[in-house]
Amino acid sequence: MSAYLIKGVSPLGAAPTDLLIRDGVVAEAGSGLSAAGATVVDADGLVALPGLVDLHTHLREPGREDAETVESGSRAAALGGYTAVCAMANTSPVADTAGVVEQVWRLGREAGLVDVQPVGAVTVGLAGERLAELGAMADSAARVRIFSDDGHCVADPRLMRRALEYVKAFDGIIAQHAEEPRLTEGAQMHEGEVSTRLGLTGWPAVAEEAIIARDVLLAEHVGSRLHVCHVSTAGSVEVLRHAKARGVRVTAEVTPHHLLLTDVRAETYDPVYKVNPPLRTDGDVAALRAALADGVIDVIATDHAPHAVEDKECEWAYARPGMLGLETALSIALEVLGPRWDLIAERMSRTPARIAGLESHGVDPAPGAPANLTLVDPAARRVVEPGELASLSRNTPYAGMTLPGRVVATFLRGEATVLDGKAVR
Amino acid sequence: MIRHLLSGADLDAATATRILDTAAEMATVAGREVKKLPALRGRTVVNLFYEDSTRTRISFEAAAKRLSADVINFSAKGSSVAKGESLKDTALTLQAMGADAVVVRHPASGAAHRLAEWVDGSVVNAGDGTHEHPTQALLDAYTMRSRLGRLAGLSVAVVGDVLHSRVARSNVLLLSTLGAKVTLVGPPTLIPVDIAAALAPDTTVCYDLDAVLPTSDVVMMLRVQRERMTDSYFPSAREYARRYGLDGPRMRRLPEHAIVMHPGPMNRGMEITPEVADSPRSTIVEQVANGVSVRMAVLYLLLGGNNA
Repeated sequence: MSAYLIKGVSPLGAAPTDLLIRDGVVAEAGSGLSAAGATVVDADGLVALPGLVDLHTHLREPGREDAETVESGSRAAALGGYTAVCAMANTSPVADTAGVVEQVWRLGREAGLVDVQPVGAVTVGLAGERLAELGAMADSAARVRIFSDDGHCVADPRLMRRALEYVKAFDGIIAQHAEEPRLTEGAQMHEGEVSTRLGLTGWPAVAEEAIIARDVLLAEHVGSRLHVCHVSTAGSVEVLRHAKARGVRVTAEVTPHHLLLTDVRAETYDPVYKVNPPLRTDGDVAALRAALADGVIDVIATDHAPHAVEDKECEWAYARPGMLGLETALSIALEVLGPRWDLIAERMSRTPARIAGLESHGVDPAPGAPANLTLVDPAARRVVEPGELASLSRNTPYAGMTLPGRVVATFLRGEATVLDGKAVR
Repeated sequence: MIRHLLSGADLDAATATRILDTAAEMATVAGREVKKLPALRGRTVVNLFYEDSTRTRISFEAAAKRLSADVINFSAKGSSVAKGESLKDTALTLQAMGADAVVVRHPASGAAHRLAEWVDGSVVNAGDGTHEHPTQALLDAYTMRSRLGRLAGLSVAVVGDVLHSRVARSNVLLLSTLGAKVTLVGPPTLIPVDIAAALAPDTTVCYDLDAVLPTSDVVMMLRVQRERMTDSYFPSAREYARRYGLDGPRMRRLPEHAIVMHPGPMNRGMEITPEVADSPRSTIVEQVANGVSVRMAVLYLLLGGNNA
């Protein structure tokens, strides 16, 4: 195993110190450390964070290896400062059996750049009709704990109730893509002034809020854990605030793009801005930012959704929804939250690790902690250039934008996955 | 002059008026024995139609031919489009063939905008999804101006399925630019949200057709597809016709000078009765004739009428 001596790093923005990483853990912390044989990393001016954990990643393998593979997505994740990602189930075949989740898990181990934790489908084929073998996935080598039909809503209330109840047996959690399907038939973008002007079918905020309201009541009724994927509206925030005040065991995530971009982006008709749920309004963005700061929203999750060029270089209505996110999420968190390192660690590492049950992640870099961490240069600014991203796809909505912060190094169980801002392999 | 015509919002009052004035000159050609001008000789106009629309395609074709342009009709049926060629690849193909203008009709909103990014020539939006149809708005404005002598200050009621209507969006934008006042009328289910903020702040909405008729100079009836009732936009064709259809008694509540318009094709008995459609107030046939003149003006000005 390698050893690294990180010199002069600022853990979560605190006073600079040295960190010695050896045998997969943070072995020592203090000033003036030395260690024979250790690779020295000059971290002057850098901030150390616990390795980021993404609850919501689409790696596309198996099925769409032209858009992303477990390996390319893992590389993108490491470059973004992540040490663990939860791979969504909407692959082809769908990750609705122990066999498929074990395949994804194994591919993640082989790539070795982040821990790839598969998410299992709630229903067979994401069809929303009957439960997939949730227990088999939980008992598999992949040890699945998060189940989601993401991309589709578990719309049937009885099925949702059963899923929430069933996974209690193995401390599972249902991550809901909250989208009332009848209210969003043919929907292309947020329903509002811009959709009216553009003649694109609207995706009303109430279609998200109604499902979240129902699901928090169901979760309360059966005493289960619920996680809400990609919350996008001010009204959803209020529903969640109310539920949390009542003690419902609900957590929620917001994506970087819903914290930064609004529906006016659609005016170009460039489907790089097409995403589900859609980009909303300034008022929604403000509410999401406030909820992220005050804890009503627990987590920033990327919803990294790579798509091949031909699935985006077309008419808006025919394009697939989704955006890249792994390599820009931390920069957008910095843009939105500022250098509030403890809050960033909480929203992007500790809490998502806790929700996903990833015990070796989300631990602050201190002696004895697993050496899953990332080093960030907060002073750097960079222009997002799609061609430079490690993802196989190019559908970033931030092309040409200047964003703060740069990931300089990432360590997974004590081994560098990124050094000098470059993936080690 | 603008390079593309994608939206009613592309036209300021001066440009729109110039198109209407040019259309009036073009209309004189239609009265001649030889209905042809040499203005676009050697230029190529492609009609790229992804939707069946015989009347719009023929109108553009006639307009281009009267200006002596070479016209290529490229329809989605029986072409490479049926084999799954992307809009971008089709655009590059047309580009390689030297299309000076592409007239595009497409079921997806925004398709004309996308196309304009991929071709060097001018793009004319001949209807994109439920978004816009700017030459229809121009020919409607031309028709109003011909009949009523002006556009500024006119009260125009646009009645029906505004939500799905590209004609309505383009009309609201253009008429507002030209100083007319638009009232949108229809069941609340078929009026899109925030329409005034989206298109023109002085636009008003009314759910009661009878209330707006006595003060309207123009009533524009939109086509309402019967399928909409299966989506619960309204309960039945009969109820729709009773509440929002224009029949003889309603027509007689209009001011003496008021006209009735329809972009066609009509659902007789649904949004309009034959008595109204065939009445002297109806401009429906004139609109078709004016369509050719207006499209001649648009092609002429987009393709180098700058020097004219």
